[in-house]
Amino acid sequence: MSRTDVLVTADWAQENLGAPGIVFVEVDEDTSAYDGGHLEGAVKLDWKQDLQDPLRRDFVDKSAFEALLSSRGIANDDTVVLYGGNNNWFAAYAYWYFKLYGHSDVKLIDGGRKKWELDGRPLSKDAVQRPATQYTAQDPDLSIRAFRDEVVASIGSKNIIDVRSPDEFSGKILAPAHLPQEQAQKAGHVPTAMNIPWSKAANEDGTFKSDAELAKLYDEQGFDESKPTIAYCRIGERSSHTWFVLRELLGKSDVKNYDGSWVEYGSLVGVPIEK
Amino acid sequence: MCAAPKQGGGLAGIDLSTQTVIQGQVWHDGAPVAGAYVRLLDSTDEFTAEVVTSPEGEFRFFAAPGEWKIRSLSAVGRGERVVSADVGLNETTVAIA
Repeated sequence: MSRTDVLVTADWAQENLGAPGIVFVEVDEDTSAYDGGHLEGAVKLDWKQDLQDPLRRDFVDKSAFEALLSSRGIANDDTVVLYGGNNNWFAAYAYWYFKLYGHSDVKLIDGGRKKWELDGRPLSKDAVQRPATQYTAQDPDLSIRAFRDEVVASIGSKNIIDVRSPDEFSGKILAPAHLPQEQAQKAGHVPTAMNIPWSKAANEDGTFKSDAELAKLYDEQGFDESKPTIAYCRIGERSSHTWFVLRELLGKSDVKNYDGSWVEYGSLVGVPIEK
Repeated sequence: MCAAPKQGGGLAGIDLSTQTVIQGQVWHDGAPVAGAYVRLLDSTDEFTAEVVTSPEGEFRFFAAPGEWKIRSLSAVGRGERVVSADVGLNETTVAIA
């Protein structure tokens, strides 16, 4: 696995729009972005409507994921190229999610929607309809997903990386600052967690920093190569960005995303919290 | 949840006795800039949030009292502004040179 296997440039994406066997997928929570203009031929996935169970706090199950991808016209042997807003947070989440359900060839567009827009590249408002497929998913790969009990048991022993902003880590604010700050959970972080914000891994245009810069970043912050790693944020999308950096770009082994993240951890009764 | 909510609009439903709202517009050449990327940086210049401006060039953040930096990035250029915010409504304008 190397950088070019998992990350494509905006130039590559533009040259390959409409190519057979390649499906571009925009992933946002606010799908008005897609509706206002998307890459030619790209289908959309709604982070909440499509990827979250409507009742419980969890993923959609395997059969629902199969139905979703089949209806979007994505086949098992397609190369799925993901991009989205928010510096690719939700596209990175979808990348992790596609990997969880065993899709083999998934890539991110470096810089996502932001870089595409800043470059002034073309967007289309044409409706996209791909012929339905018969998609078959694998059982969830839990080697890349952490749950709360594992996080509590990992305090002081694994690399726990809190990728939220320093003010969220310290408890000064409870959510990223584009959201109202009224939340039920306690403020703070998991004891012994390192605060390495996701944003330190990205350039201002949303592209990822170079492998050398990324390796230096985690090394300087005390990342221990000999230990397994768990990344978390507030709801698991920014930590997917960091999971992508650590596992897919830097090739670290045993890296999990804790998608329950602070919204779950900060609401648990009796667990230790640091501020 | 973490995706950028629609920017602009009224303050109905926002409790200004507890929230520290920083909002305003991005301007360039005498007109508001739609679709500009606006990020909020903390006192150490670290990323705290980012939104995309509304068709009227508006942005809004929910922060905490203190010093913040607002940086705008768009296809027409970039601008920056330092804001000292208190609980309640803090309004500002970012000019792209």
